[in-house]
Amino acid sequence: MSFGLTEVEWIVILTSLKVALWATLVTLPVAVGFALALARRPFWGQSLLNVFVHLPLVLPPVVTGYALLLVLGRQGVIGRWLFETFGVTLAFTQTGAVIAAGIMALPLMVRAIRLGREAVSDDLLQAASTLGASPWRQFLTITLPLMAPSVLVATVLGWAKAMGEFGATITFVAAIPGETETIPSAIFTALQIPDGSSAITRLVAVSIILSVGALAVSEWLARRMKTGGV
Amino acid sequence: MLDVNIAHRFPDFNLNVTFQSGAKVTALFGPSGAGKTTILNVVAGLFTPDSGRVSLDGSVVFDRDKDVNHPPHFRSVGYVFQSPRLFPHMTVLQNMMYGTTGKMPSDDIAQVLGIDHLLSRRPKHLSGGEQQRVAIARAVLRNPKLLLMDEPLSSLDADRRATILPYLNQLAQSRDLPVLMVTHDMGEVAQLADHLVVLRDGQVIQSGAVSDVLSDPAAVPDIGVRNAGAVVTAVVTKAPSEDGLTQITLGGQSLYFPNIQRGVGAIVKVRVLAQDIILAKTKPADISALNILSVTLKKISAGHGPGAVIQLSVGDQTLLARVTKRSVQALKLEAGQNIYAIVKATAISRGNIG
Repeated sequence: MSFGLTEVEWIVILTSLKVALWATLVTLPVAVGFALALARRPFWGQSLLNVFVHLPLVLPPVVTGYALLLVLGRQGVIGRWLFETFGVTLAFTQTGAVIAAGIMALPLMVRAIRLGREAVSDDLLQAASTLGASPWRQFLTITLPLMAPSVLVATVLGWAKAMGEFGATITFVAAIPGETETIPSAIFTALQIPDGSSAITRLVAVSIILSVGALAVSEWLARRMKTGGV
Repeated sequence: MLDVNIAHRFPDFNLNVTFQSGAKVTALFGPSGAGKTTILNVVAGLFTPDSGRVSLDGSVVFDRDKDVNHPPHFRSVGYVFQSPRLFPHMTVLQNMMYGTTGKMPSDDIAQVLGIDHLLSRRPKHLSGGEQQRVAIARAVLRNPKLLLMDEPLSSLDADRRATILPYLNQLAQSRDLPVLMVTHDMGEVAQLADHLVVLRDGQVIQSGAVSDVLSDPAAVPDIGVRNAGAVVTAVVTKAPSEDGLTQITLGGQSLYFPNIQRGVGAIVKVRVLAQDIILAKTKPADISALNILSVTLKKISAGHGPGAVIQLSVGDQTLLARVTKRSVQALKLEAGQNIYAIVKATAISRGNIG
């Protein structure tokens, strides 16, 4: 069951899948929260929040990774406190890789979900309110189901971004085999050695298969949602 | 009993509205931009005005001074919007059940509204009229204390309108569900409403029983000269004859009209447009019009244009006629005279009978 892949490559792929999965799962509720906040009527600090959420999209990923080191590294403002209080280290760990990938995926996910929320007309929510639905019930029965396709799109987008994230990850957590070495960093490493081209070919193929597969699954789910099957 | 007393300053106009209505069906009538929909939104709790007070059956749902402002979902007010606003991800049945406690009530509402064969469909597969009927069913099944309707029939064709109007009437009468509706169709007002509030530029111009407001010459400019006309209540005294005319009795006098499908003894409301009445000082003979009423001239109100509005009494009821000032002079019409009012039978369309 090696599919022509070496054990080292399998470890890299599994690390990538694990990191991307966790990054997507953890970031999704955060992204939904930010998207809802940004789609609401303007409130104080909204534009500041908007800029903050979008920073990873516009900054060079290396800069985002460096900022993570500054904040969450062992000498960082929060990182030192985390280490001294809980003994938790984020820099150069797999948890750190999850955070780096999640933060890079966040703006993409927020944008997709926000578009979905804004497509849900307030007219429908008003109608629901006159039918006795509390704001919470309106959200669960109207807003959430109607924006579900956009949440799905955001999930696939976020996962793909997390799978492909390189700059911030390698800066914040390096590429430690079995711990933080993901498919992109393995490809980069293989590029540095003279006889790495066969490994590169295999990893690139895996990358393409995973990405196209994810896209196909999301298309299929989106179509089922549209026809009302879900 | 609905008690509304609200004021709000918009950039382009001021809303300042006070009215009470204990009627089954209250109609808000006025040109677009008069503030009709805003009033419904205030009553529903979807819009908070600068100041005022709204109470429903004695319970205050909004009072600026006392800082009372119940959110919409606590107000027990059903709302049929101008557009259906159905939930696209739910079936017709799920839409109808949204405001209920869950189980399908043993209710014939789907049948009456002609949507019982659509229950498992999604809204996007329905026509505009069907969607609006689902919206009406949804708002009624929510079992509200008051039903708001914002021109609910404007998206329906004339035939469907004619079938739904009696149902709305029955709704208000039998379910004990008071209705506050916005309309700019005087025919709808005459058929459905008991109480009429006439609005202009955010102000109440007239508020009172439909028959009182419609027979008041002062209301004519706001209702529109082509729309003006009193509603009279008459009794059916002979079932429709072979030629389709039904005899009704008004103030002891017989009249013949088409389009009245009622049994003997039924009470009908008939709106007679002021422009459809011709006046004569002597009883005309050899004339094609079937209905010649002996009336007493109560009042002549000259308007700004060439027309004058004449208030006539038949028994205890009032008719309005609109003639030219020139005719008033030529005939030497004066209050107190006994004259004749001529009404063409065919002038009364189905939309004028309630």
